[in-house]
Amino acid sequence: MEFQDYYEALGVKRTADADEIKRAYRKLARKHHPDVSKDAASEEAFKSAGEAYDVLKDPEKRAAYDALGADWQPGQKFRPPPDWQSDYQFSEAGAEGVNPEAFSDFFETLFRRGHPGSGFSGDQNLRGQDQHARITVDIADVFRGAKRTLTLRVPQVDASGHVRIRDRSVSVSIPKGITAGQFIRLKGQGSPGLGDAPSGDLFLEVVFAAHPQFQIVGRDVHLTLPVAPWEAALGGKIRMPTPGGSVELKVPKNARSGQKLRLKGRGLPGAVPGNLIATLQIVNPPVKTEAGREFYKKMAAEMSFDPRAEMEE
Amino acid sequence: MKLTSARQPPSDVIEALTLAELGRFCHAETDWIIELVEHGILEPGGLSQVEWRFTGINILRARKARRLSQDLGLNMAGIAMVLDLLEERDRLLHELGMHREV
Repeated sequence: MEFQDYYEALGVKRTADADEIKRAYRKLARKHHPDVSKDAASEEAFKSAGEAYDVLKDPEKRAAYDALGADWQPGQKFRPPPDWQSDYQFSEAGAEGVNPEAFSDFFETLFRRGHPGSGFSGDQNLRGQDQHARITVDIADVFRGAKRTLTLRVPQVDASGHVRIRDRSVSVSIPKGITAGQFIRLKGQGSPGLGDAPSGDLFLEVVFAAHPQFQIVGRDVHLTLPVAPWEAALGGKIRMPTPGGSVELKVPKNARSGQKLRLKGRGLPGAVPGNLIATLQIVNPPVKTEAGREFYKKMAAEMSFDPRAEMEE
Repeated sequence: MKLTSARQPPSDVIEALTLAELGRFCHAETDWIIELVEHGILEPGGLSQVEWRFTGINILRARKARRLSQDLGLNMAGIAMVLDLLEERDRLLHELGMHREV
């Protein structure tokens, strides 16, 4: 496993006091919170800060961490000292304020102690907790439906009470017409229950993969559709790609750049399917040949058109 | 009833959750969910608490609210404001994305 530099994760010195550590964590948590930040790197930064804070805010854990020495480099291969398990007993399992589901192997080995049943004393049959994950769905899958296998990292308590991270595969069917922000529930795939109680459920939040051409708003699909000047001027039928396959679109005569054309029911499928909204963008062909230049000169001579007629001096 | 093989756990798209289900979903007490409703952060369908059904955006909002409260220590008023501002920001970013040159 790799060594984690918790002081670096919070951006504080090894001598920082508890208040400094708290301040540094709060700042990072606000900046990188997954609900607030759109930056892909933020999720990782938020997790590292949470993990670092979980150790450094607790005087017992911090002392144990400091005892490993200051010479370690982040990412360096690390083996816990042989006497580690017997030397330290941390009074608190899990963390307050941070989601303890996905910490590093380094953390799980050194700082997590499994206490099966702790916190639930007196209640032997307790339903397992619901678990959450995200599933990224391609827009094309929404039109066809799809099957996917997800790999989830799950902390599990082994027979000796240690927590190990285990990879678990779950197969999921993505129904046709699902939209971002909906949840897929996999019954009984969450944390196992205590005693005879049933397992919790696994909830998958659907997010759409970003697409270079199509933007989704609700069930509507938006795209920018490039057209040649003559297509815009003369109008007529053109073919255009959509996530559900290519369709024919009628461009009106004298279409403007920025004009929106709507194809009803060609958006995301559903009980009430969305619309497809194409915004026209007139693209000029680059002129590379003498004949092309002559053509433009002819247009300039024959068409009385001043694009700046409306502008004032 | 959907047919499922042994390898394929039953999966369904959630249309609505009850108060108790939403509490479990967010790892929160139902009292905390009721407070979200009282602050107008969630707007369930149904007249009484027993009939409440939370759909779509409400489920997402409840989960975000839970994380904001746990991770950043926000109170109800703070949560309500942050969620509103985040939704406004997302809408604007989306609009900006649509007007950007492709």
